[in-house]
Amino acid sequence: MGRVVLVTGVARYLGGRLAQVLQADPSVDRVIGVDVVPPTADLGAVEFVRADIRNPIISKVISSASVDTVVHMAVLAQPGHAGGRTIMKEVNVIGTMQLLAACQKAPSVRKLVVKSSTTVYGASPKDPAMFTEDMEPKALPRSGFAKDSVEVEGYVRGFARRRPDADVTVLRFANFLGAKMETPMSAYFELPVIPTVLGFDPRVQFLHQDDGLDCLRLCTVEERPGTFNVAGRGILLLSQAIRKAGRPPLPLPSALVSSVGGLVRRANVVDFSPEQLRFLTYGRVVDTSRMRDVLGFEPRYTTAECFDDFVRTRGLNSRFPPAAVAAVEEQLAAVLSAGLGGGRRDG
Amino acid sequence: MADPDAAKLDAAKLAVAKVIPIGDGAGGAPKARRKVPARKPPRVSAPQPETLLHDPAPAPEPEPATADDVEGSDWDAKVAQALAFLRRRITGDYVVDEFGYDAELSDKVLMAAFRPLYKRWFRVETRGLENMPDTGGALLVANHSGTIAVDAIMTQLALLDDHPAHRPLRMLGANLVFSTPVVSEFARKTGATLACNADAERMLSSGEVVGVWPEGFKGVGKPYSERYKLQRFGRGGFVSAALRTQVPIIPVSIVGAEEIYPIIGNAKTLARLLGLPYFPITPTFPLLGPLGAIPFPSKWIIEFGEPIRTDVYDGNAADDPMLVFNLTDQVRETIQHTLYKLLMQRRSVFF
Repeated sequence: MGRVVLVTGVARYLGGRLAQVLQADPSVDRVIGVDVVPPTADLGAVEFVRADIRNPIISKVISSASVDTVVHMAVLAQPGHAGGRTIMKEVNVIGTMQLLAACQKAPSVRKLVVKSSTTVYGASPKDPAMFTEDMEPKALPRSGFAKDSVEVEGYVRGFARRRPDADVTVLRFANFLGAKMETPMSAYFELPVIPTVLGFDPRVQFLHQDDGLDCLRLCTVEERPGTFNVAGRGILLLSQAIRKAGRPPLPLPSALVSSVGGLVRRANVVDFSPEQLRFLTYGRVVDTSRMRDVLGFEPRYTTAECFDDFVRTRGLNSRFPPAAVAAVEEQLAAVLSAGLGGGRRDG
Repeated sequence: MADPDAAKLDAAKLAVAKVIPIGDGAGGAPKARRKVPARKPPRVSAPQPETLLHDPAPAPEPEPATADDVEGSDWDAKVAQALAFLRRRITGDYVVDEFGYDAELSDKVLMAAFRPLYKRWFRVETRGLENMPDTGGALLVANHSGTIAVDAIMTQLALLDDHPAHRPLRMLGANLVFSTPVVSEFARKTGATLACNADAERMLSSGEVVGVWPEGFKGVGKPYSERYKLQRFGRGGFVSAALRTQVPIIPVSIVGAEEIYPIIGNAKTLARLLGLPYFPITPTFPLLGPLGAIPFPSKWIIEFGEPIRTDVYDGNAADDPMLVFNLTDQVRETIQHTLYKLLMQRRSVFF
C-alpha cells in the first residue's frame, strides 16, 4: 500500500516543489497540498485543497483521506508574505496547533516532518561557536519568525510526547538561498546598498534550495526520526558574502540600523526585525555532524557554493564580476612589474 | 649584510627607541633570527621592513645593490602575491574556518601590524618553545596583565613567528569581547572564540593550540601594585576541557606585560557608566589623551613551561572536581614560580 502525504504551505516555492517531487515518488500514492492561497505554479497531479490550517477543516481532510504522513512547511518567515505580523503569527502558531491537534486525533498519521529553522538558537554574544541539536539558546528569541519557530517546536514536542507511536522529524534549516526562493536573506542581499552593523562581522551559513528539497524528500520517504540541523558545509563571513555579491556595504551603529531597519521594514522591503538584527550582529553557526552521521544527508552545495550560485542565478554581481577583477589584476601586475623592475635597474 | 652596518643601524634604532643595548654587540645573522629558538641573548637587529605578505625572505631595501635580477623577480613575485591577495579580498574568494578565523588576513596583515611591537618595542624573548608540540592539540595557559590584552597578541606572535611549526594560537575570550564592536570582529578574525567548554573542546579535539588566560579581567585590570601576583584562576573549566580532550596543558609565564600600562587608579563610576569591567588610569592615560595609548617599552620574556600531561587520567577524570582543582592549582603554582624566577633574573624593567 502506498502512502498518503499531506503537505502544508504548497503555494510557496519549496512546498510546491516538494509536493511535486513526492507525487513522482513510487512509494507515494497520493499527495494532498494545503494552503490558504492557491499555488501560483502548476502542481500537476498533486491534489490541492484550499484550506486554512487555522480552522478545523484540516482535521476533515486528514481523516477522510487517511493521511499517514504530514509535512508541515507552513511556517512563514516574513510578515510581508502573510499580510502583517499578526496574521503571520496566527498562521504560524495557531495554524501549527490546529494541524497538530488534527494529527493527534487521526490514528492514520504515522509520521510528521516539520520544517523548522536554526533561528530557534537565537543569536547572542554568549553563543558557542557552533550549536549542536542538544544545546539550548543562550538568549531565547523574543520576536518574529524565530519566536514562532521556537513555539512551533514546542508544540511539536508536545505532539511527540502524546503520540509516541508516530515518527517525528524536525529539520532546523539554515538560511535558504536559491534562484527561486524569496527569503529574508535573499531580499537583504538584493538591496542596492547593504546595511551592516558597525564593528561586527557575523558568521553565516546557507543552505541551497535544492538541498533543502532533497533533505525534506529523504525524511518524508524514509524513516529518519529526530531533530537535525541542516546547513551547507563551511561558513561565510557577512562581509565576505557582501563582497561576493559585489554590493557596497553600509556599516551603521547598531542603534541606527534598527531605526533605519524599522523604516525599511514598514515599507515591506526587507525584514529587519530585532531578531534579524541580532543575527546580523552576532551571527549563528550550527554543527551538522548529526545530519551527516545519523540522517545520512550531505548537501551538494557548501555554504560558499550555495552563495555563489545565488549570486549567479540572480545576476547580482554585475559591478565587480570576479573575471573582470582578475583581468585588472593581471594588467596591474604587468604594469607594476615593468615599472618597478625598470625603475630599479635604472637606479 | 655587513656586521658594522648592522651595528650602526642598531645604534640608530636604539637611539630612537631609547633603550640600552646589552651584550652581543657584534651582529649575528639577522635573517636566521626568527628560527633560533629560546635563550638567545636579547638584541635589537637592523630594521626589516614589514611587507604586506609576510615572507621569510629578506626584504630588499636595506640590501646593497648586488644581485639585481634575483631581486627583480623577487619583486615581481611579491607584487603578484599582493595583487592576488587584493583580488581575493575584493571578490570574497577566501576561506574562513567555522570559528571565523581568517588565517590569511590574520597572519599576513593583522599580525604584521603587531610585529614591530613584538620585535622592536618589547623585544620579546621566548624560552622553552621546544615544550610546544609541533602538531596536535595543546592547551596553553598564561598569566594575564597589561590593562589591555596585548600579552595575548604577543603570545600569538611568539608561536606564529618563533615556533618552528609556526602554529596559530586560538584564543578563548570572555563574552564581553564578543559583544564589543570592532573588538569582536578582530577577535574572531584572528582565531579567537568564546571561552566556553563547548568551543574549547571542539578546538582542542580538532588539534589546535588553544590559549586561555584564566585570570580574565581580574588579571588584566589589576593595579600596578599587585603586578605579577596571579589572581584566582576562574573555575578551572580549562582543566576539564584539557582532561576531556586529553591534550597537554602548557603553563606560560609572561614577564614584561605588567609594565606597559601601569594601572595607578581605576575610575569605577566611569567604568560602570561605560559598561566596562574597569576604567584604567595610568601615568599617561587619560592625562596625555591619545598619547597615553603608547605602551612603555618594557622588555618581555615569554617562557613556555613543561607540558602537564592529561592523558594519564581516564576519560571520566574531568568529572572529578578534586582532581580538576588540584591540576588548576598545579598550573597556577607553576606559572607563579616561573614568574618569580624570571623576575629574579631580570636586571631591569626596560632591558
